[in-house]
Amino acid sequence: MSTPSFGSDELAQFRRTFFEECTELLADLEERLGALVAYSSDIEGLNAIFRAVHSVKAGAGAFGYTVLVGFAHRFEALLDRLRDGKAELDERTLTALVAAADVFSALVDLARQGETPADDFGADVAEELSALLDGETRLAAAPSAATCVPTQAASEDRTYRIVFRPNAELFRHANEPLYLIRELKTLGSLAIDCDLARLPPFEAFSPEDSYLGWTMTLRSSSSPADIAEVFEFVDDECELVIEDIATAPTEPEVTAPPPLQEVAKAEATDAPSEGKPSEIKTSDTKTTGKTGSISSIRVDLYRVDRLVNMVGELVIAQAMLAQQFIESRKQDDPGALQGFEHLAGLTRELQECVMAIRMQPVKSVFSRMPRLVRDVGHKTGKDVRLEMSGEQTEVDKTVIEELADPLTHMIRNAVDHGIEDAATRLAAGKPAGGVIRLSAQHAGSNILIHVEDDGAGLDRDRLLAKAIDKGIVPASAKLSAEEIDELIFSPGFSTAAAVTDVSGRGVGMDVVRRNVQALGGRVQVMSTPGKGTRFTLVIPLTLAVLDGMVVAVGWEKYILPLTSIVESFRPGRGQIRVVPGGGEVVSIRGEFVRLIHLARVFGVSEAVADPCQGLVVLIELANGSKLGVVVDELIGQQQVVIKSLQDNYDPVPGISGATILGNGRVALIVDIEELTRLYDRSVRIAEATRLPVAANA
Amino acid sequence: MPRKILTVDDSRTMRDMVSYTLRGAGFEVLEAEDGVKALGVLANTRVDLIITDINMPNMDGVTLVKRVRAGGSHASTPILILTTESGDDRKASGKAAGATGWIVKPFAPEKLLSVVNKVCPA
Repeated sequence: MSTPSFGSDELAQFRRTFFEECTELLADLEERLGALVAYSSDIEGLNAIFRAVHSVKAGAGAFGYTVLVGFAHRFEALLDRLRDGKAELDERTLTALVAAADVFSALVDLARQGETPADDFGADVAEELSALLDGETRLAAAPSAATCVPTQAASEDRTYRIVFRPNAELFRHANEPLYLIRELKTLGSLAIDCDLARLPPFEAFSPEDSYLGWTMTLRSSSSPADIAEVFEFVDDECELVIEDIATAPTEPEVTAPPPLQEVAKAEATDAPSEGKPSEIKTSDTKTTGKTGSISSIRVDLYRVDRLVNMVGELVIAQAMLAQQFIESRKQDDPGALQGFEHLAGLTRELQECVMAIRMQPVKSVFSRMPRLVRDVGHKTGKDVRLEMSGEQTEVDKTVIEELADPLTHMIRNAVDHGIEDAATRLAAGKPAGGVIRLSAQHAGSNILIHVEDDGAGLDRDRLLAKAIDKGIVPASAKLSAEEIDELIFSPGFSTAAAVTDVSGRGVGMDVVRRNVQALGGRVQVMSTPGKGTRFTLVIPLTLAVLDGMVVAVGWEKYILPLTSIVESFRPGRGQIRVVPGGGEVVSIRGEFVRLIHLARVFGVSEAVADPCQGLVVLIELANGSKLGVVVDELIGQQQVVIKSLQDNYDPVPGISGATILGNGRVALIVDIEELTRLYDRSVRIAEATRLPVAANA
Repeated sequence: MPRKILTVDDSRTMRDMVSYTLRGAGFEVLEAEDGVKALGVLANTRVDLIITDINMPNMDGVTLVKRVRAGGSHASTPILILTTESGDDRKASGKAAGATGWIVKPFAPEKLLSVVNKVCPA
């Protein structure tokens, strides 16, 4: 009886809904708990956590997940006491809440997978909850999922005399005696006698009062409890007598619980809630909507992705059409041109709208971090405060999901390795407690996320020594400070002097870099000895489109991200300088900018080799430095739909993806940040290969 | 014309279950996810019964009941509260606020229909 008798299809659908909802509720719970950890007491947060647990419990009850219900019950009870101010939100309680959230979430996962948890699953946490509840006895047993009143198997007909005299106020709560009497009639054969004695004279008649009473005789197989149940909503608002007159005429009446006491209790429990500001907070301003019912709808992510893809294809189709349009010289026809421009505008707008659907604030990831900082701080015995900003910055949902791991890693590292212990900090003249700042902001079509600690900064001597020791760089290597810092991104590089159980071994920043690169982004590190370390993640807002400049190099077409392009120009002979080592720079407005020949980087033959014959596209990199990219010519500006190469190939250095051009040809999208690295490497390789050659000669 | 019922619950699972059951029995069902939204619906639509959860964000069920009973077009519309606990204090506070009756979660569809039938027959 614990599971409602819905059809199996409906039940499966409800269950799906339930688990979808659980995912949202647990995320919210996690977020609120994070806020609670970060900012301590917050009644709204407690209420929200309570509601999340409560909602999961209600659903879990409906599907018969009894272990989950039982655990939720204790969890909820503690939360209830906290929000009522009957328990204190101290360190121990907070720890218990965090642990309980983990068990709770694990139980939901087990239920989702259709597995029954082991008997002692989360027992320690459950015990701690109970301990915090002072082992309140009423909590020992979770409410049974079965709620239906067992029907007494009585086959014999009995005769009842029922006296039902509602109080004058019965209608106030919208109860209707007629319906009750009709329901009574379904139990057997009913004879009704109406009592008009209390009907007042017409002048004194109040339409909102109840004056009638009834005496009824019911022949039924139902038990007295069944009959009492008919009146369960009104038993405190009427005079009710139920007598079994045929079987035992002298048996005491079955009456409802004493009404007076009930009402008194009701008022008693009602009164305090009236005084709670958080509970009667009503935001009337929100009711302004026309119907007030629907402000958001829920859509399967698959559908949104399909939509995004379709619009992507539409953009490509439109680009192809544009090309044909130009080639067929239809642009002479003003009507057609106007219509075409309108179409182009609409397509772009449509695309933006579709992209916006997928945008979400980074808050959902950020909110997990206060808890992490607290946990790791505890484990390492460090006092660390997390400051967050820009939580509302929006980014594609896929990006958000992929951000969780790298961020967790970096924050954990920052607490474990970045922030020094209190003694060291004090000795260095810093406050004993460390600070980690996590921030997000938009920058063009990218989101910038900074993870900054005020710790000791990277220990470059040790980094270099370790890198040499591990054979990552040759012992003779002369590296700049920045290059040494970059070493932490090398695979299998553990920076901690002692490997702790917090940060683990080795799976460090190289994984972070890989994750971020998979998102088409990059990660940089900036460290100041004694002051701290700052990691910057630069990630495109969306993985789907890019405003690009199509450039020609030989027979190939490449896309450069438009947002990084400062300008393009054809340099005069006098602007080009060749630097020792074979590199070229171009002088522009008194500044020397390195030149990179795309043709050389990607090995394209038959390209323009002389910058003065081709074009230089001036690009600004994320770190502010500039780069001149030498190409044959500019084809035009175009919004391109990014098609991942990594689905089919391994990551290609210097290439962040591919796209389909208007003429149906594939063009590669250049990863300009990688370009510098490639360039540096090619220069280094060139130098390295030159030396032996020179020695041989 | 079928009777109209407004179900108010922040849990979509619960709203779905209530709606499904009631629609199957021939009722027209409107949904709202909290008290504030419910009042918004009630301001524009006449319903014959309100079924509301108690624990909800923005405006809880007990406050909703009080607000509805305080006056306006639905002051005498039956209201059922959905409670998880069979705990009497919940029922009592709902009742004191002006609720007509209650349904204990989890409910069997037949139970829901029989309770609805008691205050708002189809």
